[in-house]
Amino acid sequence: MNLNHQLKILMFGWEFPPHNSGGLGVACKGLANAIVKQGATISFVLPKKMNCDNSPFKFIFPDNNSDGLEIKNIDSLLSAYVTSESYQKLLKNNKENGIYGYDLFNEVRRYGQEARKIALKEKFDIIHAHDWLSIPAGIEAKKVSNKPLIVQVHATEFDRTGGNNVNQQVYEIEKQGLSMADKIITVSKFTKKKVVRHYHINPEKIEVVYNAIKQEPFISPKRNFQSLKKGNKKIVLFLGRITLQKGPDYFLRTAKKVLERNSDVFFIVAGSGDMKFQMIEESASLGIADKVLFTDFLRGEDLISAYQSADLFVMPSVSEPFGLTPLESLLQKTPVLISKQSGVSEILSHSLKADFWDIDEMANKILSVLKYPALCQCLSENGNKEVKEISWQDSAIKCLKIYNQVLA
Amino acid sequence: MLSICLYLHAHQPFRLKNFSVFDIGNDSPYFDDEKNKEYLTRIVRKSYLPTNKILLDLIKNTNGKFKVSFSITGVLLEQLEKDFPEVIKSFQDLIDTGCVEILSETYYHSLAYLYSKEEFRKQINLHKKKIKELFDYTPEVFRNTELMFNNEMAKFISKMGYKGILAEGADHILGWRSPNFLYQPKGSKIGLLVKNYRLSDDIAFRFSTPSWKGYPLTADKYASWINNAHGNGEIVNLFMDYETFGEHQWKETGIFEFLKVFPYEILKNPENDFKTPSEIISSSEPAGELDYPHIVTWADTERDLSAWLGNKIQQSAIKEIYSLEKEIIAIKDKKLTEDWRKLQISDHFYYMCTKWFADGDVHKYFNPYENPYDAFITCMNIINDLKLRIETKKIKISPGFADTKPIIV
Repeated sequence: MNLNHQLKILMFGWEFPPHNSGGLGVACKGLANAIVKQGATISFVLPKKMNCDNSPFKFIFPDNNSDGLEIKNIDSLLSAYVTSESYQKLLKNNKENGIYGYDLFNEVRRYGQEARKIALKEKFDIIHAHDWLSIPAGIEAKKVSNKPLIVQVHATEFDRTGGNNVNQQVYEIEKQGLSMADKIITVSKFTKKKVVRHYHINPEKIEVVYNAIKQEPFISPKRNFQSLKKGNKKIVLFLGRITLQKGPDYFLRTAKKVLERNSDVFFIVAGSGDMKFQMIEESASLGIADKVLFTDFLRGEDLISAYQSADLFVMPSVSEPFGLTPLESLLQKTPVLISKQSGVSEILSHSLKADFWDIDEMANKILSVLKYPALCQCLSENGNKEVKEISWQDSAIKCLKIYNQVLA
Repeated sequence: MLSICLYLHAHQPFRLKNFSVFDIGNDSPYFDDEKNKEYLTRIVRKSYLPTNKILLDLIKNTNGKFKVSFSITGVLLEQLEKDFPEVIKSFQDLIDTGCVEILSETYYHSLAYLYSKEEFRKQINLHKKKIKELFDYTPEVFRNTELMFNNEMAKFISKMGYKGILAEGADHILGWRSPNFLYQPKGSKIGLLVKNYRLSDDIAFRFSTPSWKGYPLTADKYASWINNAHGNGEIVNLFMDYETFGEHQWKETGIFEFLKVFPYEILKNPENDFKTPSEIISSSEPAGELDYPHIVTWADTERDLSAWLGNKIQQSAIKEIYSLEKEIIAIKDKKLTEDWRKLQISDHFYYMCTKWFADGDVHKYFNPYENPYDAFITCMNIINDLKLRIETKKIKISPGFADTKPIIV
C-alpha cells in the first residue's frame, strides 16, 4: 500500500506546456506528472486569460495519461516572466474585461483572493507554490486551510535581474512567502545559497530538489540548419530568453574572441526577450553581424533541429537557478559549455564549465571543442549518457519525502 | 623460509599550468611550479621524511634484518633535488645501509613503452644515469609505470641486461597459482616477481576503512595473515605506493605505528625474513612460467590502462605527443626535449579519465583540474605551443624548412 495514495496536493504555478514561454512550465509539468505517478493527486492552479467566459475558474483535463492531475485555471492576465511593464501592455489589450487588476501587483493580489476561493472548496493535505507569482495564492490558501505550505524557488528576483534593480515589491512577496513557508524547495544548491544570503532564511528549512528532463525518443527533423555547415563550418548555439539573466552579451563578446581565431563558425542566438534588439546592434558594432544569426523562440522540431545542428551549446547565464537547456542539448547529443553560476552545473559532470564573465576561458573552450573531434565526441557521448540517467521520478520521490516530513 | 619483499613506489608529476589557447606562442610556462612545490611540500612533510626515518630506524634496530626496496621516478628526484635536498639525503642514508634496493623505471613515469621503444629505452637510461649520479647505485631489477607488464616487454627488458622485473599478480593471469613464488615470464629467462595484491592492498587501500572486516589492522593480525603463506609459498610481495605512508593513509589512521611494529611481528617467526627483489632472484628458483599476452597493470579493478588510455581524448592527446618524437629528437634542443618528455608523464592522461565514480576517490587525488575535459584542453594547448616552437627551431636549423606550412592554432 502506497502511503502517497492518500496525499492530495494543491499546487500553484504560472504556466503549463504547451502554453509555456520558458523552462518553468516544463519543470512544473515534469514534477507534477511524476508526483502523480507516485500515487498522490494534484490540483494544479494556473492563471489564464479566458476571453468570453465570466466564470472565475474552469476545470480542464488536458490529457488522459495523467490520472490524478487536475488543472484548474483562474482567469488572470498573469503569465510567466511577466514584468510591471509587460503587464500594463497586456492590460491595455484586454480592457473589455473589467475584472483584472490595475497593475501587476494588484493582479497578483487578486489572483491570491481567487486562490482563496479554490482553497475553501478543495480538500487537500499540503500546498505547494512555485515562485513569486503564486506565493500570495499559496499564503491565502494556507490562511484559510491551516495546511502546511511548501514554497519552491525556481528563480529569485536576484536571478531575474542579475542583482541590479531588484523590484522591492517582488522581493517583499518572495520574502513573505519564504518566511511563511513550512519548508522551502530550491532547484539547486546555488539557489539555496541565494535564498539564505538574500532572504536570510535558515538553511535547515531548505531542501534541494533538482529538476529533470523528460526522455523523448530521438527524432531527425526535416527542417534543419545543415546548409549553414557546408564547407566544414561549425555552429555554436545560444538558446534561451534574451534577457540580462541569460548573459547574451557575454555570448557575443565570446563569439568575437572565437572568430578572431577561427572564422569558420556561425553563432546562433535563438530566443526572444527584452535585450534582443540591443544584441542585434551589439553584434553589428562588434563587427560580427555576418556570423551571428538570430532566430525566434523555437518550439518542437525546430528546437530539436537547432540543438542537433549545433557543434556546441553555450549557456553563459549570469545567474541560473537550474537551467534546463543544457539537458535538452545533451539529449540531442550536442555537448555543452555552461556557466558555473548555474544549478545544472552541480549535476552535469560531463560538460565544460566557465565563469560567465570569463570570455577568454569560454572562447578557449569553444575553440577546443571545435578543433578536437575527440573532445567533442567524449563530451557528447558521456553527457548524453549522464542526462539519460536523470529522471523526474527521483525528483518526485524526494518531493514526496519532504511532504511527508512536513506532515509528520 | 618465507621472504617478505616490501617495495615502495615514489612519484610526483610536474603538473601543468592552466594554459589557454591565448597563451599559445607567448612563451608562457607549461608547468605549475608553485602548485607542484605546494603539493610536494605537503608530501615531503607528511610522508617522505617521517617514513624514511622510520625505515632507517627499522633497519638499524633489526641489525639489517629489515629490508625495503624503492622506485623513485626521475621527475620526483628532480623536484626533490631542487627544493628538498634533505629528502635525497635521507634516501642516500637508507641506501648506505646496504639493506635497500633501488629499482629501474622510466625517468618520466611515462607510457613510452606503448608508443616508442626507442624513447622507452632512452628514458630507462636517463633514470639509470640519475640514480647513479645521485646515489652511486645501479639498478638491476625493472618496474614499468603502473606496474604495466606483458611477455614482450619482459623480453625487451631482459635484453637490456636486467635480471628481474615486477608485475601485478592478477587473478586472470595466475589462475590457480599463488603469487607467493618467483616466476619467469613466457619467452624470457628474467626473474618475475608478482604482487600479492590482497596483502598489499590491505595496507595500501583498506587500512583505514572501518567497514572492512579486517579493521582495525594490527601488526600481529597482519603478521598472522602473512604467516598463513607458509607451506604454500616462498615469498610475499608487498608492492605499494610510497605515499601510502602518511598521505593516502594519514598519520591519524595509525599507519606509522603500524609500519614501526609490523616488521618485528613478522621477524618473530624465525622462518620469516625480509628480502629485496635481487636477493629473491639470486636465492630462489622460478616455480614456473607465467603468460602475460596482454598488458596488465596494478591499477583499478580492471588491472589495465583504461584510466590512462580508456577514452578518445586520452588517446588523441598521447598520440599527438608521440607523433612529435622524430622532429624533437632531430632538433636536439635540450629544453624542448625536456618539455616534450615532461608532457609524457602518465599523470597528465590520468587526469583526463572519464570512467569516474567507481574508482573516483583515487583519481581525484591531487588532481589540479575541475574535470577531465579541462585537463585535455590544457594539454592540447601546450602541445600546440610546443609545435610552434618546433616549427621555429626547424626554420632556424634549415632555411629549407621555411617553406613548410606553419601550424595554425
